Amino acid sequence: MTQAMLSVKDLNAYYGKSHVLRGVNMEIMPGEVIALLGRNGVGRSTTAKAIMGEVEPKGEITFKGQPISGLESYQIARLGLGYVPESRDIFPAMTVRQNLILGIKDMRHPGKHTVDQMLDMFPNLRARADNLAGVLSGGEKQMLTMCRTLMGDPELIIIDEPTEGLAPKIVHQIGDVIAEIAKTGVSILLVEQKLSIALRIADRVYVMGHGEIVYSGTPEEFKTRDDVRAEWLEV
Amino acid sequence: METIVFSLLNGVIYGLLLFMLSSGLTLIFSMMGVLNFAHASFYMLGAYFAYTISEASSFWVALIFAPILVGLVGALVEKYGLRTVHVNGHVAELLFTFGLAYLIDEVVKIIWGRNAVDYKVPELLDFPLFELFGAQYPAYRIFTLFVALAMLAGLWFILNRTRAGLIIQAALSHPHMVGHLGHNVPRIFMTVFGVGCALAGLAGVIGGNYLVTDPAMGVQMGPIVFVVVVVGGLGSLMGAFLAAMILGLLQTFAVAIDARFADIFGWLGLDATSELGSITIASLAPMIPFLMLVLVLMIRPRGLLGDREL
Repeated sequence: MTQAMLSVKDLNAYYGKSHVLRGVNMEIMPGEVIALLGRNGVGRSTTAKAIMGEVEPKGEITFKGQPISGLESYQIARLGLGYVPESRDIFPAMTVRQNLILGIKDMRHPGKHTVDQMLDMFPNLRARADNLAGVLSGGEKQMLTMCRTLMGDPELIIIDEPTEGLAPKIVHQIGDVIAEIAKTGVSILLVEQKLSIALRIADRVYVMGHGEIVYSGTPEEFKTRDDVRAEWLEV
Repeated sequence: METIVFSLLNGVIYGLLLFMLSSGLTLIFSMMGVLNFAHASFYMLGAYFAYTISEASSFWVALIFAPILVGLVGALVEKYGLRTVHVNGHVAELLFTFGLAYLIDEVVKIIWGRNAVDYKVPELLDFPLFELFGAQYPAYRIFTLFVALAMLAGLWFILNRTRAGLIIQAALSHPHMVGHLGHNVPRIFMTVFGVGCALAGLAGVIGGNYLVTDPAMGVQMGPIVFVVVVVGGLGSLMGAFLAAMILGLLQTFAVAIDARFADIFGWLGLDATSELGSITIASLAPMIPFLMLVLVLMIRPRGLLGDREL
């Protein structure tokens, strides 16, 4: 049996006194694209944050067999786990190119992508390469954040709500970009609310409710489960 | 004319010295969100280290090694002190640097005594460089001008033209994200703290003999450096530079102006022998930085060029 890329067992997390994650279990295999679905406030983003150490995790998180809870964020990143946060966090006072350069973890061992290749892959960014990142549109910022993380050669990327606040046409583009990234063999954990995008690119979906995983299956299986959709996703 | 030229030169030099001191503080303040009360103590340490090293060997050796030594002390303080205190929040950090400032002051008094030490300008530079309007201008002051300019250029180059500089700038505003990209943020913080202290130390090395090296020099300089950082604006080295220059020039000119209130407001009937009328403009000089601080906080709380409010 192949080892899971990321394995989360009985993950709990708290915001002050409120118990947000109540025993989350999930596995991501190498090369897999997983969509983590659920209504607002059920703990999807918190799961991402707990894995990345932004929120203190209680439970077992292993990446490529190595426990990562309690590590510094840079140590987690250096193991090959990339994170594209919901807040995007581009560096606004730097150019697009400079943002990409900062995605490289170590200049002595640059990753497989060069800045130029990245700009070739994403013509929107090419046109803006020497503009300050702060003036980009929301969609462009999202693309930049994903590309910047790719520059560090991650084996798994956690992408948190990439389409939040974007126009429908852009949402579709972002979906294409994520599919494109997946083709390069990178595993992806996509925290997403929009079913269209999730079902289009995911190999498997997890649905969260009340701080735990309440359903897991392939997109095809999921499409037949109107009950899951009604109980855990529809508003 | 003579007064203007000399005040201009002295003001610029004083301003650059202030900038050298405050650049490190601005970086540390922006990055960690905590005002390092001990920053000026590192300036004092620079002067004392330089004094001891130049007694043992020469000023030139001190010019190189005293700032490095101060930087190392700073890095150790960050790694073993501030980082531990950090988990308990900003107030704890503030109190920690407050305590540290007094600790350094006392240590300096124990080692070097309570009186000023005889830290002299090096002989090689102890001569009048040129004569203007019949007055001589010391070569050492021009030397400090060049050291400060070199430091300014070096700092600008590192921050804007190297990857390490870009990482530092990114870490100033988005430390978490920088960590997620695989950069060792705690080490960046330690380095910035160390380099910031080393710059304060350098200011001490070249300022200690031009001004005075005594245990009060840190306490005297500390508040003024805070003013520079706040007036310049959080996160902005350019702002700190502008504020340092404005302060340096204003203070130097105020000292140089030989006038009393009565000379200016005499037309209002102010008498030169009255209490108000006999106040000299020069006596207002020490007040200027704090007046600026108060006004800036009231009118423009994010400072001249800052990117966020305090």
